[in-house]
Amino acid sequence: MTDNVQLEVEHLTMRFGGLVAIDNLSFTARKGEITAIIGPNGAGKTTVFNCLTGFYVPTEGRLTLYANDGPRLLERTEGFRIPRNNGVARTFQNIRLFTGMTVLENLVVAQHNRLMEASAFSLAGLFNLRRYAKAEQEALETAKFWLNKVGLYEQADWNAGNLPYGSQRRLEIARAMCVNPSLLCLDEPAAGLNPRESAELNVLLQSIRDDQGIGLLLIEHDMSVVMKISDHVIVLDYGKKIADGDPESVKKDPAVIRAYLGEEEDDELPPEILADLHLDPNA
Amino acid sequence: MSAFLTSSRISGAEIAKELAFFAVIALMMSVMILGVETVDRPTGLELAVRWDLVLTAIVSTMIGRLALIMRRENMSRIGQAVLITLAAIAVFEMFVRFRELDDRWAHPVILDMASSSITSVIVALAFIGIIFTIAYFSKKTAVAEADTAPKLGAKIQLAYRSNTKKIGALGIAFFVIFPFLFGENRSAIDLATLVMIYIMLGWGLNIVVGLAGLLDLGYVAFYAVGAYSYALLSQNFDLSFWLCLPLAGIFAASFGIILGFPVLRLRGDYLAIVTLGFGEIIRVILINWYDLTGGPDGISSIERPSFFGFADFSRRVPEGNIGFNELFGLEYSSMHRLIFLYYLILVLALVTSFVTTRLRKLPIGRAWEALREDEIACRSLGINPTNTKLSAFAIGAMFGGFAGAFFATRQGFISPESFTFLESAVILAIVVLGGMGSQIGVVLAAIVMIGFPEMFRELAEYRMLIFGAGMVAIMLWRPRGLLSFRDPTILLNMSTKDKVAGEVK
Repeated sequence: MTDNVQLEVEHLTMRFGGLVAIDNLSFTARKGEITAIIGPNGAGKTTVFNCLTGFYVPTEGRLTLYANDGPRLLERTEGFRIPRNNGVARTFQNIRLFTGMTVLENLVVAQHNRLMEASAFSLAGLFNLRRYAKAEQEALETAKFWLNKVGLYEQADWNAGNLPYGSQRRLEIARAMCVNPSLLCLDEPAAGLNPRESAELNVLLQSIRDDQGIGLLLIEHDMSVVMKISDHVIVLDYGKKIADGDPESVKKDPAVIRAYLGEEEDDELPPEILADLHLDPNA
Repeated sequence: MSAFLTSSRISGAEIAKELAFFAVIALMMSVMILGVETVDRPTGLELAVRWDLVLTAIVSTMIGRLALIMRRENMSRIGQAVLITLAAIAVFEMFVRFRELDDRWAHPVILDMASSSITSVIVALAFIGIIFTIAYFSKKTAVAEADTAPKLGAKIQLAYRSNTKKIGALGIAFFVIFPFLFGENRSAIDLATLVMIYIMLGWGLNIVVGLAGLLDLGYVAFYAVGAYSYALLSQNFDLSFWLCLPLAGIFAASFGIILGFPVLRLRGDYLAIVTLGFGEIIRVILINWYDLTGGPDGISSIERPSFFGFADFSRRVPEGNIGFNELFGLEYSSMHRLIFLYYLILVLALVTSFVTTRLRKLPIGRAWEALREDEIACRSLGINPTNTKLSAFAIGAMFGGFAGAFFATRQGFISPESFTFLESAVILAIVVLGGMGSQIGVVLAAIVMIGFPEMFRELAEYRMLIFGAGMVAIMLWRPRGLLSFRDPTILLNMSTKDKVAGEVK
């Protein structure tokens, strides 16, 4: 089991002044699995993502990414280096596409580092050497592959900003995949999608998991997505992990129900009465 | 007047109220500026009151506003045209009177013009004619928007954008044969060279502002670094222009990196202010480091360029050198050097343009544009924002440095006065006016900003009036610049023409 670990988060704590956004959080995400992080608003889910992708430097803790070339410590890597060489790619809660550029250009920009090396930091490209032309052709093939995968091939030359909302979400996922990551972090990919688009998204995410064999980390509020596709669910509340397990067990976890639905009056009843009602008083 | 108001949907009282409101505004704006003047009398300074000018201002404002109301309410088109023309004449009259304040009861402008030079008559008639035509033929807004047929502007845009390469080639061809057309006209060549310097500077700054989206208000600093590097290297170490040209570019690029490094974490307005500051710092250093730069005296008798080191352009060729005219068996002419300088800056500018268009299609150029669109998304894709911005800054600065070295060798004299903030502002205006990121737009804007004011110098103040009107017109109709279109760097299943046609609609 351990050799299958993609990401290991140990004792992650993030404090903003006096506010503890994440408190001693530990979990693992495995290769070829979709790990969902759920929790009420303000539970610290996006903060976990920002720590993983280098937008925040964690106050404490260790974030280990098991990429193809061995383990890497994400908390010690500069933000823009994290996506490089099969690193971590992400999407954003409020879509961040390059709206003035075309769909295809969005996907080519995502392959910046490989192309940059191939163009010898622009010199080879400036003189149009064959080496660069080949690399660009490869980048184009990768882009085409993902365009087909997310069903945007026909719209490849549209400006990204002119796409409908659901397509923009899918394009952002395709762009992140063009980075060729070993861990993909998706921040609420189903937000604002209609049920049909949500179902399509499920298929897309499952095929990324199965075909690419990478780890997916998913923040989502839409339970129809979370419960259907995730292999492993982590529940956060006020920065603390309150549940960790497969979707079925998490769904039944009383702590999760309490976090989502609030304290029920039953909990205030004395243990004898709870026992009479066949409920576990320690729940 | 009431005949024009037949189809009125608003009452006369409302019109009167609106006119009165604007009359008050016109009064407030004009009373201090136009209404009073300090006059130097033997008894001391006195205030002269000029109610006639204030009255003209108010009346022309009211007439113009009435025309606007008629336009808004879709009333008689002839009425609009007449009123707008009346307002224009009133403004013109006021302007002429303002210039001839000694004669406070000057003749009406039409009589006045008859006795003045032929140019001003033509200018005035053309001005009034243009206003009338625009007023008469401009379609009513509501109708124009409902029209399904493509508009004239859209047609022009489609024609331009699907033939950009041809237009560029034609432009290059024109600039190449330019000296053959005006070979003997010294001022034409001088003007063309000046415009070309600004085109090159515009193209250089375009990399920083247009592509990478970094608002740089101190671009002239790199121009200055280039000019001073050449002047100092040539005077102190006796290096030739051809050796100093790349050195000037390298120096300017290193200054770009040195200045850029600490400031590139700033964005938008803050970056603009800091770059403005750096532009001034360089100028102040040039003024105060007297031992090195000669301070405000500048550096004079800078060496002129030779013909690639083979031949010399001066009348008296130094020992051991050969004259350009001897080399090619021509009569000596002082024009040879000017034409050579013109071609030199043309080549430099074309190199700038070629490199920019090429870089745009490379990963670095795409990263610049992506950075302009969204820096956070760029970081999440593994693009190093600092290095990417620095490369834009350095490459832009390098071309500024080349232009600076050329400027120094052309002028033969440089001083800090050539590198004031105004220059930065002009270059930035060229980039913004041309349309951010557009190569041909920069050429047009440089001709408009530099060429036209120089060409129409004999029209004195009128040229600035027309220039101002032009600026207002551009702000109204093309607020994002003359040619502000972004062409995709790579297309998959559309031709450029299809893409453009889809966008223009």
